[in-house]
Amino acid sequence: MPGQPGAARFDVLVVGAGHAGAHLAMSLRQLGFRGTVALLGDEPDWPYERPPLSKDYLAGAKPFEALLLKEPEYWALKDIAVLRGRRVVSVDPTAHEVRTGDGAALGYGVLAWCAGGVPRRLPCAGSHLAGVHTVRTRADVDLMREELATAARVAVVGGGYIGLEAASVLTEMGKAVTVIEMQDRVLARVAGEPVSRFYEAEHRARGVQVMLNTVVSRIEERDGRAGGVRLGDGTVLPADMVVAGIGIVPAVQPLLDAGAAGGNGVEVDACCRTSLPDIYAVGDCAAHRNRFADGGSVRVESVQNAVDQAFVAARAITGAPAPYDAVPWFWSNQYDLRLQTVGLSAGHDAVVVRGEPAARSFSVIYLRRSAVVALDCVNATRDYVQGKALVAGALVVEPARLADTTQPLKALAAAGRA
Amino acid sequence: MASLTITSTRGDTKTVEGTAGLSVMEIIRKAGFDDLQALCGGSCACATCHVHVHPDDFARVGPANEDEDDLLDSSNERTPTSRLSCQIPFGPALDGLRVTVAKEG
Ligand SMILES: Cc1cc2nc3c(=O)[nH]c(=O)nc-3n(C[C@H](O)[C@H](O)[C@H](O)COP(=O)(O)OP(=O)(O)OC[C@H]3O[C@@H](n4cnc5c(N)ncnc54)[C@H](O)[C@@H]3O)c2cc1C
Ligand code: FES
Repeated sequence: MPGQPGAARFDVLVVGAGHAGAHLAMSLRQLGFRGTVALLGDEPDWPYERPPLSKDYLAGAKPFEALLLKEPEYWALKDIAVLRGRRVVSVDPTAHEVRTGDGAALGYGVLAWCAGGVPRRLPCAGSHLAGVHTVRTRADVDLMREELATAARVAVVGGGYIGLEAASVLTEMGKAVTVIEMQDRVLARVAGEPVSRFYEAEHRARGVQVMLNTVVSRIEERDGRAGGVRLGDGTVLPADMVVAGIGIVPAVQPLLDAGAAGGNGVEVDACCRTSLPDIYAVGDCAAHRNRFADGGSVRVESVQNAVDQAFVAARAITGAPAPYDAVPWFWSNQYDLRLQTVGLSAGHDAVVVRGEPAARSFSVIYLRRSAVVALDCVNATRDYVQGKALVAGALVVEPARLADTTQPLKALAAAGRA
Repeated sequence: MASLTITSTRGDTKTVEGTAGLSVMEIIRKAGFDDLQALCGGSCACATCHVHVHPDDFARVGPANEDEDDLLDSSNERTPTSRLSCQIPFGPALDGLRVTVAKEG
């Protein structure tokens, strides 16, 4: 209870023990912060990394222990109190206090909101049936793995990175996989057409059925579980399991209820401060102005953004603020293909293909007003590494020169102009 | 049992038992070194698991593979014995291996 003896209070209370929260707590200690720090999260596990959930962990190629960001002892050693299995339901910015689901109050000096997002549910009847899965937490994937033992046909709804990564793992496990995508191409929201068509072809070549321009109108029930997917035209696709990969809703309601500015995420300034006093937000849930998005307000869902913003917030909290300005990067593994992205391609007005997609090693370079804003590099690590300077400097380079694979991008970076 | 000696960017040194089957990155992470970020979790996609192998041990570890070599080029801290630790599988043949976590940059 507030002010009463025994009520817990922390100088910094981090809510959400995912990539952002864990790195924020670590960064505070690395910067020499000596106050009390708690890292509170609603999952039962110690902080772990999510990317393998749709890759090696789903495939059974990595044990859960390999996903832990740190050994459990580490947190005690750094004097970070990890409060697992607890959920914040409300925030009182005046009293500097949060309330958790069990009714307890926790005081804070600074609150760092790192709550990520919740997978969007399929907006149709039957989406609550057993056998309908999302891929966000360890518990999600453990449940999926259990049911996979008896599932032969899997329908993946949503052709984004997570859906396609899951589709590749499930296909390699021998499942009959269908990917259902509403748009006219996979990865429509995150990549350019050449990248979409390449991945579509790779999936098809391995036997995945890819259905484009297709909506799901309901999940059909069979023996109390999901038994199929009814499509917009009325056909029913039998399925023993449905995996929904249609994005996340940022987990910010308690902050919005408390009066924080935001909507799709909570708004933060260049130092990750929200509009409420002493409250910061970091990671998937933080809407920020990003130089690499033409100055627009964006949420970036990536490990890079979570970790770099965590460091920015830690600096501001420890009294040494420096604005967020990191070059975005991302990766995705499907089959034997490694995609590496640098920059943010949204809002591009031209694309250049460098190399031959048929050779399964190529890059797609995105331009906005003639300047390089992003690269998607498929099995092309060298372009990824060398292209970073083009993105960082927003350099203007002739498309023909970008496409010329006899010239390393490094040479163009040296010659380009901002 | 095979051991591994790790030096942090700050110069602290620790010798740990390495588990065969884990990568050197995973062993360093388990040992509690927080200056090795290893952000991509071993996917050879980030270069934040960069280490300098002790020159006397380098022959046993061997050179970087092609993608790794390209990623290492992104670092200003690269030396002739640089490796990405997630690309070094640990095992008895590497007993006594000495690595130093590279600074970022
Ligand atoms: C399957 C999958 C694959 C991915 N692959 C990649 C990849 O290849 N590359 C890449 O860069 N990124 C990838 N990402 C994205 C990356 O994992 C996220 O961007 C990153 O985890 C964001 O970190 P975060 O801390 O902001 O949020 P999260 O990691 O989601 O952590 C938020 C935590 O807060 C908890 N929480 C929420 N609300 C509350 C509350 N009220 N009280 C207490 N706790 C709360 C949540 O349960 C969660 O544990 C992937 C994500 C997923 C799900
Ligand atoms: S952990 Fe990312 S390259 Fe090694």
